[in-house]
Amino acid sequence: MRGLISSRASEMTLREKVWQINWSLILLIVATASVGFAMMYSAANGSFDPWATKQMARFGVGMVIMLFIALLDIRFWLRSAYLAYALALALLIAVEVFGSIGMGAQRWIAVGPIQVQPSELMKIALVLSLARYFHGINLEDVNRVTSFIPPILMILLPTALVLRQPDLGTAMMLAAGGVVLMFLAGVRLWIFVAGGVAALASIPIAWQFLRDYQKQRVLTFLDPETDPLGAGYHILQSKIALGSGGMFGKGFLQGTQSHLSFLPEKQTDFVFTMLAEEFGMIGGLGLLGLYALLLIYGVFIAMRSRSHFGRLLAMGVTVTFFLYVFINIAMVMGLVPVVGVPLPLISYGGTAMLTLLMGFGLLMCVYIHRDVTFGRRGEEET
Amino acid sequence: MNRDTDRAKLFGRRAAFLGAAKLALLGGLAGRMYYLQIIEGSRYATLADENRINIRLLPPPRGRILDRFGKPLADNEINYRVLIVAEDTEKAGGMKATLERLSQIVDISPKEIQRVLRDARRRRSFVPIKVVENLTWEEVASIQVNSPDLPGIDIDVGQSRNYPNGETLAHVLGYVAQVSEDDLTGDPLLELPGFRIGKAGVEKVHDLALRGAGGTSQVEVNALGRIKRELERREGEPGVEVELTIDIELQKFVEQRVGEESAAVVVLDVHTGEILAMSSQPGFDPNAFNKGLTTAYWRSLVNNEKSPLINKALVGQYPPGSTFKMVVAIAALEAGVIGPEQKIFCNGVTELGNARFHCWKKWGHGHMDLNEAIEQSCDTYFYEIAKRLGIDRIAEMSRRFGLGEPVDIDLPGARSGVIPTRDWKTATIGQPWQRGETLIAGIGQGYVLTTPLQLAVMTARLVNGGMAVQPHLTRNIGGKPAHLNEPDRIDVSPRTLKLIADAMDAVVNSPKGTAKSSRIEDETMKMGGKTGTAQVRRISKSERDTRVLKNEELEWRERDHALFVGYAPVSAPRYAVSVVVEHGGSGSAAAAPIARDVLEEVQRRSILPPLPPKTVAAAENRPEQDRSPLQQVNLSGQSR
Repeated sequence: MRGLISSRASEMTLREKVWQINWSLILLIVATASVGFAMMYSAANGSFDPWATKQMARFGVGMVIMLFIALLDIRFWLRSAYLAYALALALLIAVEVFGSIGMGAQRWIAVGPIQVQPSELMKIALVLSLARYFHGINLEDVNRVTSFIPPILMILLPTALVLRQPDLGTAMMLAAGGVVLMFLAGVRLWIFVAGGVAALASIPIAWQFLRDYQKQRVLTFLDPETDPLGAGYHILQSKIALGSGGMFGKGFLQGTQSHLSFLPEKQTDFVFTMLAEEFGMIGGLGLLGLYALLLIYGVFIAMRSRSHFGRLLAMGVTVTFFLYVFINIAMVMGLVPVVGVPLPLISYGGTAMLTLLMGFGLLMCVYIHRDVTFGRRGEEET
Repeated sequence: MNRDTDRAKLFGRRAAFLGAAKLALLGGLAGRMYYLQIIEGSRYATLADENRINIRLLPPPRGRILDRFGKPLADNEINYRVLIVAEDTEKAGGMKATLERLSQIVDISPKEIQRVLRDARRRRSFVPIKVVENLTWEEVASIQVNSPDLPGIDIDVGQSRNYPNGETLAHVLGYVAQVSEDDLTGDPLLELPGFRIGKAGVEKVHDLALRGAGGTSQVEVNALGRIKRELERREGEPGVEVELTIDIELQKFVEQRVGEESAAVVVLDVHTGEILAMSSQPGFDPNAFNKGLTTAYWRSLVNNEKSPLINKALVGQYPPGSTFKMVVAIAALEAGVIGPEQKIFCNGVTELGNARFHCWKKWGHGHMDLNEAIEQSCDTYFYEIAKRLGIDRIAEMSRRFGLGEPVDIDLPGARSGVIPTRDWKTATIGQPWQRGETLIAGIGQGYVLTTPLQLAVMTARLVNGGMAVQPHLTRNIGGKPAHLNEPDRIDVSPRTLKLIADAMDAVVNSPKGTAKSSRIEDETMKMGGKTGTAQVRRISKSERDTRVLKNEELEWRERDHALFVGYAPVSAPRYAVSVVVEHGGSGSAAAAPIARDVLEEVQRRSILPPLPPKTVAAAENRPEQDRSPLQQVNLSGQSR
């Protein structure tokens, strides 16, 4: 019976796959991205230039890539997982060696005409390779000490490289995403507790390795109002903008904090603030609702998948997506330090958009191939 | 297969837990949003408005100061200023090049250009910076013609205080100048850069009324402070007009008549206390204080021994000399220590213990009654009656005439002079009173000091029927009368006042009077008065034995002060005048002619309207007598 289903699924034609594409998920993504286009238009004081047009073009390209990824066979992604990880790691090392400096940190690398941020790509690559690793391990073997070493290395290596750039936000996201995948794979709970205690204990040591501006950001976060014109300025102005939006907001294009430049980085990291200023709590809750639907969709797809790789991949993508949302919004509300994580599908920026749409492509791929089962290396199960 | 089922089950549980955790965290974000936007929403809305809204003050135009006939004494003139906006000059080669082109049209020194460039570096590039001000209309026109070559140059129209009569009345008007730290009262107008407030004179006394109330303009600014638009504008209240009692034409006459002397002249309405003219010479140009003093001009003011910055009419304290004798005479008559017909013999010197007190007439006046003693200013007569009175009774009478006590006048800085008493001397000098000092005080010398204003007030009270008029300068503030109080009576019998007025008439109009050469010929305008010559130095015994030096032989600083107090017309006194010429020599030669010309001019100009019926009635309803002493003066004035 199972063999029958799996062989049928493995022999799905392109036509059948297109029919399986989850169009309501695409609709949700387009709706969320459209909110972003409107905010880009507003950020430019009611103009499509310089942000909205470019953002739409990138989204269009990203959608094509997303569908392409979705339609490829899930076993192809299983087999390519380590390769993707190796490529992303190589790019990270390349950035370390000769990357360009942006925003006080070394993050970008030029691939032809395009500026790429390898740390973003690594988020997907790490999920892929961890999913593949745990796909191939039995539940009894998961909690063996020797089984921990490869995934922990897989997480630590890119995290350390990204931290060196330095990019605290992305490093946190990589580590958290990796740890969540280990949790999902079945690693015992006490290990996470022990890890958590170890992490807390290492904070004083880690503090030594932080750059001055990172330390400053953390300190500012802890007490932003002590230095309202210096480092605390961004958080304070963001809270003022958000709070002054009230229930219904000041109206589209009417945000005073955003349009009179009191709000920094309004088209990138602080775009949620501008949205909440112009559309109030109603607008903010609306966007949170869209994100919640996307997350529920992700969890649903993960649960529905019959392959462990699919489950872990779908959940890994969902968790990464969630981390973007949560860290960004918590940051602009002054709940976590300013770490430079964009708001997914909305903030202006190419690499993050591409990463997210690639992630959604993989999520759809899991959905399309939800009934396909396969062995350790993607071979037919017998 | 079972193995996969187990891990699928575990995964399912954990994924469900994670999903729920994520939703809970999103719920936390929603809660935070609720806290910031709803609970704290109004606080943040206020903060957002504070960020974007700047309130700018609009300075109100300063009220004008007018004379009694509505002629402007202080007004506002349009002040054209050149401003430069750095960022707008970039197209045309930057600020330096633009300023150099501008300097070919209006006069700007290289030093000024350096200052502007320095200012510009400290401010944001869109903030206008003042280059020059007080441009003429021709300069403005030529800048406007050349404006295509001067991008970033703006003409700004402001207002600045102007005193159209220059030095005339400068001490009374005062001046305006920049606000100093001590002036700050919390009125935000005072913190406005370039705002000016009254620093002296009427400008200072009525500063609040003249200042008006500032308006506000709410503008929206961005994070850099650049103005985006005006949200709301509330116009302020312009300062109100202050009308003075001064007649500026009379004032000009007085100042011209005094000329180069260092002198003070006060002209009063004897019935109301209105000051018609108050001059202190030399003066200064109040416009200079407003538009920026040059060091040279400031030095010339400060180093001038004639103290042009001081209002001598208010602040200058001089021994009144013989002009004080009327008060001493009234004290004696009222106390009954002498009768009007009683004579005292003057042989030129009075002895008290082993001190000798000289009359100005070396060989004496012979037998003198009251009228003759005032007419010829016999010192011996007054030594005698002062001795009989004692200092405290003289002082008491002096105060009734406004001497030795603060003058209640609407100008800052008026001095009270000195009228000594026994207590005063013990308190200030710490020595007991000497009897000889009473004699010296009896001829208005020694410790006695008065201001020219006090002397004018004294004269007014002598001839106005015994009313304690108070001097004042302000007629109307914003159209409302400033002084309405009826003066009190001074308790002196009309008979006594008549005797004194007769004697003052004689001083000028009798052939033996000390001021006979300054009489007014016109019968209807005749003046009465009293000369005074106040000694500045002490004449030693040896000098007196050989020959007393004449004034012309002395240094300017050592010469006598010349004084004269007078009133006119004798028939129905209306005007009082006091003249003090510092180191001018004798009262009859230096002060009386000025007083005569001023009283003649003031009557010729017939400044004052007829007396209101009430005042006339008050003057006529005297107790004891059915005719006022003033009218009796008229009837008996020519007897001597």
